[in-house]
Order: sequence, then structure tokens, then C-alpha cells
Amino acid sequence: MSCGPARCNGVFTMSNDPPSPIQKFDPAQVSQMFMARAHPGWLGLEYSAHGENWVELKLPWNEKLLGEPDRPVLASGPIVSLLDMASGMSIWCARGSFMPVATLDLRVDYQRPAKDRSAVWGRVECYRITKSAAFVRGTAHDGDPEDTVATMAGVFMTLSADPKAIGRQVKAQAEAKAQEKKGESGND
Amino acid sequence: MTDTVNLPAYAQALGIALHEMEDGLPILTVDFSSDVEGRPGHYHGGAIAGLLENAAYAALRSVLSAEGRETKLKPVNITVQYLSAGKPLTSYAKARITRKGRRNANINIEAWQTDRSKPIASAVMNILMA
Repeated sequence: MSCGPARCNGVFTMSNDPPSPIQKFDPAQVSQMFMARAHPGWLGLEYSAHGENWVELKLPWNEKLLGEPDRPVLASGPIVSLLDMASGMSIWCARGSFMPVATLDLRVDYQRPAKDRSAVWGRVECYRITKSAAFVRGTAHDGDPEDTVATMAGVFMTLSADPKAIGRQVKAQAEAKAQEKKGESGND
Repeated sequence: MTDTVNLPAYAQALGIALHEMEDGLPILTVDFSSDVEGRPGHYHGGAIAGLLENAAYAALRSVLSAEGRETKLKPVNITVQYLSAGKPLTSYAKARITRKGRRNANINIEAWQTDRSKPIASAVMNILMA
């Protein structure tokens, strides 16, 4: 299953150009590419929403993802995939650009099964990026974000040919933010 | 104890199958394909988690069925450690039931590729038997 333009009309900005690494990371735009193939494409993941350091993705209901032979209950594996994918994208959102990352540790606590035949949304925020790691936390829900299906926490390792370059960028971003705050408080 | 495991639709759709039984516990396997791919040429973390989880369920079902117990299994949580990149090779996973009480089972799972002594991922999972 792929997220073709017809299904995604109104959700994605339509562009045939591949996202340039120089442009600011746009989850809505790159979702077209990321979710058209491989495991996310197989699951049928779709972009849902994003903010400065968070991304929400949608896992549509699909019979092939049932976890039990005799009950219509979504398997827990696809929820891990959903949250793992949203984690990576939240990191790129928080950082403002794409960089390869690898999952180190991912923990998911399942509060309850998702509702029968319901899509599941996974929302993950990246609350901290250091030179070598990114820390994320998130939830999965089936319509009401307050009534969670699962909660998760994870640590990702940043994969770069030059970790020092990431360190410099993180430092520069932190300084720019501090400068911005200084400017804001100066206006009060 | 049977030499077959009843895998759910999700596992079958992803290509997860029984490799063999070992000491009464199933070793599951999955071949590399686009369906389990994350970043190009590597397994997706979610697909590895799916293999680990299915190995946990299959092990617990095998043990429960040997005891003649029929219960519904509900996942409580899973913590996955990704130890090395999943290369485009066949992967295997086997679970060990660390503790099985009346209501909860604590299960450790390992996944490997060519060398069993070098796991690519491990997980600990709690499953409720309700």
C-alpha cells in the first residue's frame, strides 16, 4: 500500500522535487517519499500533523495487521513501527534538517487495545538533542489524544560521518535560541 | 507440544514464519524484503520489534498449549534494545520465558542474523494472560 497523491490531497504540499537537504525539514513534504516505500509503505503510514519538535503520523486500519487469530485486535508491532517512524521525523523536525539516525532503545507501554477497525495515530516529540543522541517521547491514540492506547520513550543515536559537525550545529542552534530569548525579554 | 505455531495475520503478512522448534520453544525467521526495510539496505526498527514480539507470543503460546491452558494474551509493554544494524539478510528470533506466573509472563527475546552470539536486537516484554 502506498500513500498516493490522490489519497493525500489536501494533506501534502504537492511537489515533484526531492527535498533538498538545504531546505528546512518539512515532514509533510518528505512523508510522500518516506511512506511510499519499504516498511512504512507496507504499513500504509500517512502524515497527519507536526509542530516545531513533534510529528504525528497515522496508521490506517488494515486487516493484515491483526495480532490475534480469533479477535479483531491490531497487533502491537505496527504501533512500535508507527512510533519509531514518528520518532525519527520528530528528531529531524527539532533539528531542522534530515540526518541518519539509528534507534538505540525504544520502550512502549500498552494501556489498552485500539478500537476495532480504527486507525491509530502516533505523536512523538523530540525533547532533547545532544551531540550523539536524540531523546523522544510520545503517545498513540485512536481518535482522542487524551485517551491513549500506548505511551513510548526512546533514545536514538545520530549517525554522521562527522559527529563534531553535529555538535557544532547543536551548539550554534542553542546559541541562536538563547540570543532570540534575550531579544524577546529585552522587548518586555 | 506441537511443532507448528499459529502466527497471526500481521506476522504472516510480514513474512514471519517458524524456522524450527528448539527445546520446546519456537525460533521464528523472516527474510529481508522491501516490506521490512527502513533506511535503504537495513531492517526497519519496527519490523525487528515485530519479529521479537511475535517470537515472545509464539513461545508463550507454545508453553501454555503444552500445559493445556487457553488464554488471551495482552501485551503490557516491550523495551527493545537495538544492538547493531539489521543487514539485508535472513533474521531469526527466539524468546526465553524468564518468569511465568498466573497472570503475567516476563519474556526475554533475542534476534540475530548469521552469528547467533552477536544479536542484532534484544527485548524484554511483559504479557498478561487474561
